[in-house]
Amino acid sequence: MAKITLNINKKDYPLEADPQMPLLWAIRDLAGLKGTKYGCGMAQCGACVVHLDGAAIRSCVTQVSRAAGKKVVTIEGLSETNSHPVQKAWQEIDVPQCGYCHSGQMMSAAVLLREKPNPTDQDIDDAMAGNICRCGTYLRIREAIHTAAELQKKTGTKG
Amino acid sequence: MEKDKTALSRRSFLKASILSGGGMMLTVSWLSSFKSADKTEALGLTENWATLNGYIHILPNNQVKLICPNPEFGQNVMTSLPMMLAEELDVDWKNVSVEMGPHDQAKLGAQFTGGSNSVRMYWKPLREAGAAARQMLREAAAQAWNVPAAEVTTKAGILSHPSGKSASYGDMASKAAIIPVPKDLELKVPKDFNIVSKSKKNVEIKKITSGKPLFGLDYSVEGMLIAMIQHPPAFGMKLKSFDAAEALKMPGIIDVFILKLYADDFEQGGFDTRTFNDLLVIVGNSTWEVMKARKKLVAQWEASGDLKDTIAGRGGKREVTIPGALESTTTHMQQMKEYAAKPAQQLRRDGDPEAAFRTADQVIERTYNGPFLAHNCMEPMNFFAHVTDEKALVAGPLQAPGWSEPTLAKLLNLPADKIEIQMTRMGGGFGRRAYGHYLYEAALISRKVKAPVKLMYTREDDMTYGIYRPMYTATYRAALDANKNLIAFHVKGGGIPEHPIHANRFPAGAVENYLAEGWQIASNITIGAFRAPRSNFNAAAEQSFLDEVAEAAGKDPIAFRLELLKRAKEKPVGENNDYDADRYAGVLELVRDKSNWNKPGNEKYNRGVAAYFCHNSYAAHVVDMVTRDGQPYVARVFSAMDCGIVINPNAATNMVQGAVVDGIGNALYGQLTHKDGATQQSNFHNYRMIRMNEAPKSIEVYFVQNEMDPTGLGEPPFPPVFGAVANALYKMKGKRYYNQPFKDEPEKSI
Ligand code: FES
Ligand code: FES
Repeated sequence: MAKITLNINKKDYPLEADPQMPLLWAIRDLAGLKGTKYGCGMAQCGACVVHLDGAAIRSCVTQVSRAAGKKVVTIEGLSETNSHPVQKAWQEIDVPQCGYCHSGQMMSAAVLLREKPNPTDQDIDDAMAGNICRCGTYLRIREAIHTAAELQKKTGTKG
Repeated sequence: MEKDKTALSRRSFLKASILSGGGMMLTVSWLSSFKSADKTEALGLTENWATLNGYIHILPNNQVKLICPNPEFGQNVMTSLPMMLAEELDVDWKNVSVEMGPHDQAKLGAQFTGGSNSVRMYWKPLREAGAAARQMLREAAAQAWNVPAAEVTTKAGILSHPSGKSASYGDMASKAAIIPVPKDLELKVPKDFNIVSKSKKNVEIKKITSGKPLFGLDYSVEGMLIAMIQHPPAFGMKLKSFDAAEALKMPGIIDVFILKLYADDFEQGGFDTRTFNDLLVIVGNSTWEVMKARKKLVAQWEASGDLKDTIAGRGGKREVTIPGALESTTTHMQQMKEYAAKPAQQLRRDGDPEAAFRTADQVIERTYNGPFLAHNCMEPMNFFAHVTDEKALVAGPLQAPGWSEPTLAKLLNLPADKIEIQMTRMGGGFGRRAYGHYLYEAALISRKVKAPVKLMYTREDDMTYGIYRPMYTATYRAALDANKNLIAFHVKGGGIPEHPIHANRFPAGAVENYLAEGWQIASNITIGAFRAPRSNFNAAAEQSFLDEVAEAAGKDPIAFRLELLKRAKEKPVGENNDYDADRYAGVLELVRDKSNWNKPGNEKYNRGVAAYFCHNSYAAHVVDMVTRDGQPYVARVFSAMDCGIVINPNAATNMVQGAVVDGIGNALYGQLTHKDGATQQSNFHNYRMIRMNEAPKSIEVYFVQNEMDPTGLGEPPFPPVFGAVANALYKMKGKRYYNQPFKDEPEKSI
């Protein structure tokens, strides 16, 4: 056990954690933020994607010690008012079915849109291939990412 | 306004009451087949309204809260069912909030998510509930204004009278609650719908996009422990002994013990399927601590030998023997071949098939195989339980709370009314969560450790536990006469451990001489309903077989099917044909027209078509395939659906698109194999799931517009995708694919 302070969504969480603990479980069990999901635990499905200093990472295979001193953003902190272009686009297109994969999908999409403000379908396929949606909502995810790109242009909001 | 007259269906009755603090609540109760009539009748006498829940709550401030009775697993019932209520209640959808109901079948109906049934079974009762409440509100206004009720009209939650008087539902709700519930109701006809058939957003969309804790895995209470189960490494094995000394030394670990799920003489209900009975359980403070300590468990396993289970489901009490061998896919394939050659159970016979095959000009015979498939719900199995000597609270993802409750009551020796089941949003279901074993496990663990517990399956636990889509095979034979007419059709299907045949489905009824047979092989690999059970295999086999027969007959595959359907309509063969030939033909014609079938402009695609009927609905797809990086890629799909009135078109389109993607993925990649009883796939690195880059660029979905009562939607579009993919592959590769998943590999596909 070690004392680790995690900065999640701009808030400090002083935690006692096994340094090997995957960041996913620190976020879910210790910080109590349940938006980040467990799907596979081995970097295969993307349900657990969060931002670590702005990069999209799979929290299920990232040791919590690696996040110390860095900024973690989870779906709960993607925006304060559920209004990040990605969130708005997801709402507008009504993307989800069960919804379980979508915090990971949106976190991946937000980084894609920051890096490539006008992503092509190919860019989307490349960036999103690591996020499984068992319900098969891929077409809507694609559409929503294009919509989010438009919204981002209008509002200038960055992911 | 035109009206459909309806007397409140005999199976339901309504009860209104005043909410504390004013307002109205309307409860609908069913004489549900799951509860004794006595218990339901007694409700009228013993109601404690403070704790009761109904479908409709109207507050004095005109807020309307509607209750969704059925658990949500992504089929969007939390939106579509309340839309049906709101339609007849005549409220402004903007003022409506929706909550998931508690488990209470006496008041909320069957509460079952499965069989593409939610909309079908609630279509009439929910509209009646809405219409009754509206009528009572009108009556209340009429009394308050001293005018005839017939002169009071409603519009979006406002009551008005030609004299200029007007009030909101909220103003009248408390008065309405004491008006007797009307016996005769008028329901709207489809052309007057304002909410139904108009797309509405998922009522939980904002919670999903902001990461609210909606799912079973997110459910948490103070002091909750985490439990996991180490199950045997193979089907046909059981726990022999274990040593937990090292695991118990790990931080955060509270206990390791063996738990027996069902006692030896336990009578299982039909959906109490479980794979392993002696459970090695590890309990600790947090997920990671349990995951880590689990690796230190030392367990010895041994062959379980043949087991006997007592099943007391439908069809009476019976003993079932579960063979103890360690099974392998290679032996399964061999066994299936042997059984296919043996006599089987006749399921349907029309005419004289043997004679027709003898005299045929041409006989085509093909055999199709499909592997076990894992459901792989995105949220692995899990359940919360807090069980004490007096009562139990359980919460989590569950499709059929009504089937689980009696078993739970028996296992815990508690009366059903001391058991509270809360239904969380499910991260997928696909049939898997109709089997309540993980809920029972959680409850027994909680009772043992005397604490609130969350039982969690890891992905590996989930994928290797069992309850799969069965392994299937079917041999189809078709006889053509000299004029290339289909004169006989024979299907003989089998599976492990059940056969897939729906004997009364198309092309039964369209062929003079017809024979359907089935056989099965017992197995210890557990199986369960998987999105459109049996149909999901049949549609692949039968629809690619028909494609091949059409080709042999020198006919266009759609025209060939339409000819058969015409025959089935005009001069049906035999009785009990399940399907409506007109509606079946309707989706084929629609998809033909929308896809510009056989029209120029589609040359770059290899096109495959298939159609199927199940869950009272009709679906057809045209799949357009291309080669991309040397691999088959479905670039574009056209889908036609006839599921009657569509409640929420945008969400329904989402569902069909999802079914298409799911179908392509399973047709091309889905496969679970076994060696010496062990499942050879355990996570998404070796169980391939379809991904974004493999999803089509477009899936155009068209619904047949009619005013038929709604039928199933979650399952019907799924099965024919397999057949359409197979047929497109043939166009592309010039050879037929008979084994799922459809891929070129040196070894046998399954
Ligand atoms: S849970 Fe991390 S990638 Fe699947
Ligand atoms: S919406 Fe269910 S897994 Fe993506």
